[in-house]
Amino acid sequence: MLRNARRWILTPVVTLVAASFVLYTAVSLQPGNPLTLLLGTRATPAQYRFLAHKLGLDRPMPVRYWHWLVAAVHGNFGDSLVYKQSVASLIAPRIVTTLLLVGYASVIILVVGVTLGVVGGMSPRLAPIVAALNGFGVAIPGFVAAEILIALFAVKLGWFPVLGTGQGLAGRLQHLTLPAFALAIASIAYVSQITRAAVSAEENSPHVETARGRGLQKARVLRHHVLRNAAMPIMTVSALTVASLLAGTLVVEFAFGLGGIGSLLDQSVQDKDANIVLAVGLILVLVFVITTTALDFAQYLMDPRLRLKAARWH
Amino acid sequence: MALTARLARVPTPFHAEERRAKADVVAVVAGSVCLALLAVAILAPVIVPYQPDAIDVSAINTGPSAAHLLGTDSLGRDVLSRVLYGARLSLLGPALVTLLSTALGTTVAIAGTWIGGAFDRITARIMDMLFAFPGLLFAILAVVAFGTGLVAPVIALSIAYTPYIARVIRAAAVRQRQLPYIEACQLLGFSSWRTATYHLLRNVRLLIVAQATLAFGYSLLDLAGLSFIGLGVQPPAAEWGLMVSEGDSALLNGFWYESLAAGAAIVITVVAFNVLGERLTARSQGRQ
Repeated sequence: MLRNARRWILTPVVTLVAASFVLYTAVSLQPGNPLTLLLGTRATPAQYRFLAHKLGLDRPMPVRYWHWLVAAVHGNFGDSLVYKQSVASLIAPRIVTTLLLVGYASVIILVVGVTLGVVGGMSPRLAPIVAALNGFGVAIPGFVAAEILIALFAVKLGWFPVLGTGQGLAGRLQHLTLPAFALAIASIAYVSQITRAAVSAEENSPHVETARGRGLQKARVLRHHVLRNAAMPIMTVSALTVASLLAGTLVVEFAFGLGGIGSLLDQSVQDKDANIVLAVGLILVLVFVITTTALDFAQYLMDPRLRLKAARWH
Repeated sequence: MALTARLARVPTPFHAEERRAKADVVAVVAGSVCLALLAVAILAPVIVPYQPDAIDVSAINTGPSAAHLLGTDSLGRDVLSRVLYGARLSLLGPALVTLLSTALGTTVAIAGTWIGGAFDRITARIMDMLFAFPGLLFAILAVVAFGTGLVAPVIALSIAYTPYIARVIRAAAVRQRQLPYIEACQLLGFSSWRTATYHLLRNVRLLIVAQATLAFGYSLLDLAGLSFIGLGVQPPAAEWGLMVSEGDSALLNGFWYESLAAGAAIVITVVAFNVLGERLTARSQGRQ
């Protein structure tokens, strides 16, 4: 029990703290002085000292890091230098757009990816076509997919709007359709690849042949004998893929001019707006750590054999 | 003594099998495309029809023609020349990431299996932590700290890719370590260094090449994505990710040649390296 607490609570927390330190170090190495940005070049040295003290910039880096970490744990990410607002109030509306986008893309990935994979795994005739599509699909990055979709569906056919977030849920979803597909394409191919491999491995296994030999219906064999055993790798890859979608939004939101946290991070890096970079970076890492930990836990619950094994590295 | 000397010269138990292996058509095609791309990158200054930064104000956003096979961009630069020239920067970054992360990952993996103990546990912890960073985020942080360009993202991605390579090589190295030839080497009194680097390393070399090939494709996607969002290589350099982004506004007006030609270059390159990498992985695992 103690070992499990270490695995699912202590390790993720240590990873997060270490990651936050890496984030903070990177941001504090940033060239340029935020004071010059705020005060301009004509401020007096006294004004500089006052503001530096007010912002805590006169203290050494580890102390600043500690204060930032404690505040961040309490949900306070400070103020943006450029927007002059609290970082939380900037992130709150944008994270809704990002979550809708990621959620929409996840649904597309799971439905299309798993279906394609199962079809490819079950039918030897379609397998090479599905495999070729997958091999091609994984190589299409979100931003190239975005340009292809814009050229085809927005400019040529005019079915979807190009930019903006839209009004109301229906309008939002319509605006998010092309971005969601752009974000999903590579992941659909990847999930489909893993599903196909898992399903075709089970298809040829003795227990499935036995089930067929017993004269069970095809659908029943698929549900109870093939998919049940193939579920583990499919679940693992799907969860990791969905977690990595958040990083994909950095590029796709930029391509479609969507106001989410991905494009906020891009803009803040350009603006050297440290508090936003720290907050969004921490959110990205947090989501990834939570997903991998939850996945590890789910696998442990699903497969009793794993209870005997140690950490995922080994 | 003669026997010892001869055994030392025969490092790979699977040597003969490798020579007899049949040619894999798909792998050969993918490999040829990879080589052709490298040739384009090296020969770009010789084969481009125009200088990549030569501006022609009388031909802005024109479609394909005899003079400009892929048309011109919004500054009147020849798109074909820029795509060909772009191969240089677009492939240089991934090549550096691949070299660095493969060297680092292999060293960590083999040293970890060989030394074990606290060293192995500590490196495993560091690797686990690195897994929590999406490669692109790590590259963006490097840009925050050290500015835009090619160098900072290349170093960041090399570190971010190391755990992925290390994990695969480590698993293979652990299997190899249990094989009798390692014991034989130790009985013959070979040093650990020699056994690990010469004998064990040679037996996992195909897997290392396979992993490196896959890393090339993925790092190309990350680096091109970074320049697409404006945090990588800066204009007026010819680079594929940057070209997709620069062609973006012309694309909205129906001039899709620049964006999609550069996008196609990215996709073709990544498909070729991925397919080659997967074939090599399958082959190396078949042998183990």
